[in-house]
Amino acid sequence: MKKFDKERALLTVAGPVIALAVAFVLSAIVLLASGKNPVEPFALMFEQAGFSDIQVLIINQASMYYIAALAVAIGFRMNLFNIGVDGQYQLGAMMAAVVGAHAALPAFLQVPLLLLTAVLTGAFWAGIAGVLKVTRGVSEVVATIMLNAIATSLIVYMWKPDVFGVKIGNNNTTGEMHESGWIPGIGMGEAGEIYGLVVLAVLLGIGYWITLNRTRFGFDLRASGASESAAAASGVSPKRMVLTALLLSGAIAGLAGLPILLGDTHTYSLNFPTGIGFLGIGIALLGRNSPVGIAFAALLWAWLDKASPELDFHGYDKEIAVIMQGLIVLSVVVSYEAVREWGLRRQQRKVGAELTAGHVLGANNTTKEVAGR
Amino acid sequence: MTAVELAGITKRFPGVVANHDIHLTVRKGTVHALVGENGAGKSTLMKILYGMQKPDEGTIAIHGEQVSFSSPADAIVRGIGMVHQHFMLADNLTVLENVVLGSEKLYGIGAKARRKIKELSERYGLGVRPDVLVEELGVAARQRVEILKVLYRGATTLILDEPTAVLVPQEVDALFDNLRELRAEGLSVIFISHKLGEVLSVADEITVIRRGTTVGTAVPAETTPRQLAELMVGSELPTPQTAESTVTDRAVITVEALRLAAPGGKALLDDITFTIHEGEILGIAGVEGNGQTELVDALIGLRQADSGVIRLADEEITAWPTRKRREQGIGYIPEDRHRHGLLLEAPLWENRILGHVTEKPNAKGIWLDPKAAQEDTRRIVETYDVRTPGIDVTAASLSGGNQQKLIVGREMTHKPRFLIAAHPTRGVDVGAQAAIWDHIREARREGLAVLLISADLDELIGLSDTLRVIYDGKLVADADPATITPEELGTAMTGAAEGHLEHDETPETPADLSKSAGSPEDEAR
Repeated sequence: MKKFDKERALLTVAGPVIALAVAFVLSAIVLLASGKNPVEPFALMFEQAGFSDIQVLIINQASMYYIAALAVAIGFRMNLFNIGVDGQYQLGAMMAAVVGAHAALPAFLQVPLLLLTAVLTGAFWAGIAGVLKVTRGVSEVVATIMLNAIATSLIVYMWKPDVFGVKIGNNNTTGEMHESGWIPGIGMGEAGEIYGLVVLAVLLGIGYWITLNRTRFGFDLRASGASESAAAASGVSPKRMVLTALLLSGAIAGLAGLPILLGDTHTYSLNFPTGIGFLGIGIALLGRNSPVGIAFAALLWAWLDKASPELDFHGYDKEIAVIMQGLIVLSVVVSYEAVREWGLRRQQRKVGAELTAGHVLGANNTTKEVAGR
Repeated sequence: MTAVELAGITKRFPGVVANHDIHLTVRKGTVHALVGENGAGKSTLMKILYGMQKPDEGTIAIHGEQVSFSSPADAIVRGIGMVHQHFMLADNLTVLENVVLGSEKLYGIGAKARRKIKELSERYGLGVRPDVLVEELGVAARQRVEILKVLYRGATTLILDEPTAVLVPQEVDALFDNLRELRAEGLSVIFISHKLGEVLSVADEITVIRRGTTVGTAVPAETTPRQLAELMVGSELPTPQTAESTVTDRAVITVEALRLAAPGGKALLDDITFTIHEGEILGIAGVEGNGQTELVDALIGLRQADSGVIRLADEEITAWPTRKRREQGIGYIPEDRHRHGLLLEAPLWENRILGHVTEKPNAKGIWLDPKAAQEDTRRIVETYDVRTPGIDVTAASLSGGNQQKLIVGREMTHKPRFLIAAHPTRGVDVGAQAAIWDHIREARREGLAVLLISADLDELIGLSDTLRVIYDGKLVADADPATITPEELGTAMTGAAEGHLEHDETPETPADLSKSAGSPEDEAR
């Protein structure tokens, strides 16, 4: 039944397209209300996307957004809300920076060691929330928010010179990492360098898709998200699934800061980007938890980030991009639910019509079924 | 004078015609019974009359005046009131508060409302005390509050949806007295039921509904239960009789002294002991909520028993998780297919994988095998006559009967040794019902052991090789399905009889006419 496949594809695209259109219109209204030209800022930002140096910035930024959003999406797929991605990736990057500054192995060992450090740190931090949920019934939302706060304090503590910190001027850093742990970028000439770990983001996306759609574990995870009771009856242990999903989510989250750490800053300092975990939530929502959708959403977000500073030079506030991000998230939530409901109903009607018309799979018997409700 | 007249009502749902050309006339001041099997379309019809559904065709006339309802509020204004099967009362409010809730404008919320409630209660002999908390009331008293709630809103026509399903026999008698009071006061009552004995004892007129359409009317004085039963099930008369016994002496599932307690310490299951052999169907009869759900949960592994032993063939499986039980050959047709049997928004072929994700053809090692699963879904759809245009549609878009056939097909495909079948034909049309019975019977011939739980006593008696009665978490009685009647079984289900049930030979209830053909006296006992 290709017909239903096509329809599903249409529905998948309809949600984000409607949401984006609504968000653009609403942003234009905001601009209009503040007495500004409602079209020009968008024109300026679109223009920015054409410059190759901006493109490199967008791709680099998007790679981190992408990894963070994948981490969020894993949780979403089974109705877990891991708000703690923010703390998990910062702590993961911090630990990787510390290990990278103190261990000096050859590159082929050093890089995996750093990745592993980040993965384990992220998983450990999310795992605390998982254990609390499974053993004590603590909502993972509350636990991960608290863990974010704790992570921030922990990082400040580790920046102390008598712990792992190295003061450089006014900046707190963890000291420069050994060069064997640096990952060379992909040179783009004048435009700059694309982080080497962009490749990791792509691989994670592919791995995410394969795991969810082609493995038994992925099926169990999706089933748990779709109906906890049906999954339990099918033989999924709900507690183990919650714990595994949170560990996995945290493991991926731990990697989100590494593209910039290993590709550019080589230290965890006060300048290290924050808030990527929170942005990942919106991006995962917009991308409908699908690896391809999230990729588009991450690029869109990165574009809004990297193209908006230009607005300041033309008398607009670059914060319009932030407003727009907020509006996108809002409209996404509304439009997806509406499209989902509509799609379900529409399919029920169509199936009814097909059956009444006698299009029954594998049977030439066209008698209608009569049953009560 | 007609209170309600429905003419030519037709209602279609996706893939299903729930009501087709229905005609129903209720005279003022009468009790009118609407009878039909589970799934015949009674509830849909009443939802239409109460404004919860809009008919696709046909007309509704109240007191001779044509009306169109777009919500229950419209129906209430016209004097139609509904007493739902599942009560809609707030436990932590008093009776008075429950009654005035949503109708504060009628008589206020204070003394005037209390006076009105007392007056109604006395007039119709309902015995309702306005200041008691609803949580302190028993089932029958709650039902009277529901009736009073409807009267308080000025209803002149009351719809009672299976009101006796939750009552014990004495309470049924009391309810019927109340209904007679209402009738004497000139109110009309529409009484929905599938219990013929009750219907014959209380109704003035009877309309029979079968497979979504009205097939006839009857007057109790001129009708025998047998005639009514035949009207109800039609000429097909599908009987769930199993021909010859296939029971062997090889035990498949053995349960010993199973006990499961609620958090408060009350035993939900107490000292449950039974054995099911190869080729045997063990039927469990009981009023819902007496431990059936817990028993099924304990057997499939959704709940761990507090004590007791479960054995599958020679292996003790008490500590096994659900997945291992299913892999080792326990099939499961759940009571609530939406909660436990399906992923409603997933396509059919993913639903075919559900519960058997580790088994062939769904998986190869740790990998899923979508191609093979889809292939096999197509086979199930054809073999089990699941009416669907394809296997990529969501489970939600199928009708209940077709969803059930998919589940049965899925479970049977994996050749279970032991099948837990909880209400396997609930909400399923007559044709699909017969097909599901056939599949179960066939598997039984090949040595399947089945635990059958059903609210349909005819199904239980017809299919089972052995019958046990569950009451308050205990197996209190057993019976021989070859001789027992639904009425006798029904008595034991209320806890009134224990031990081995012997059949009293009475000429008008031969065992083969088990289709609810009991006499009213039997039923009301």
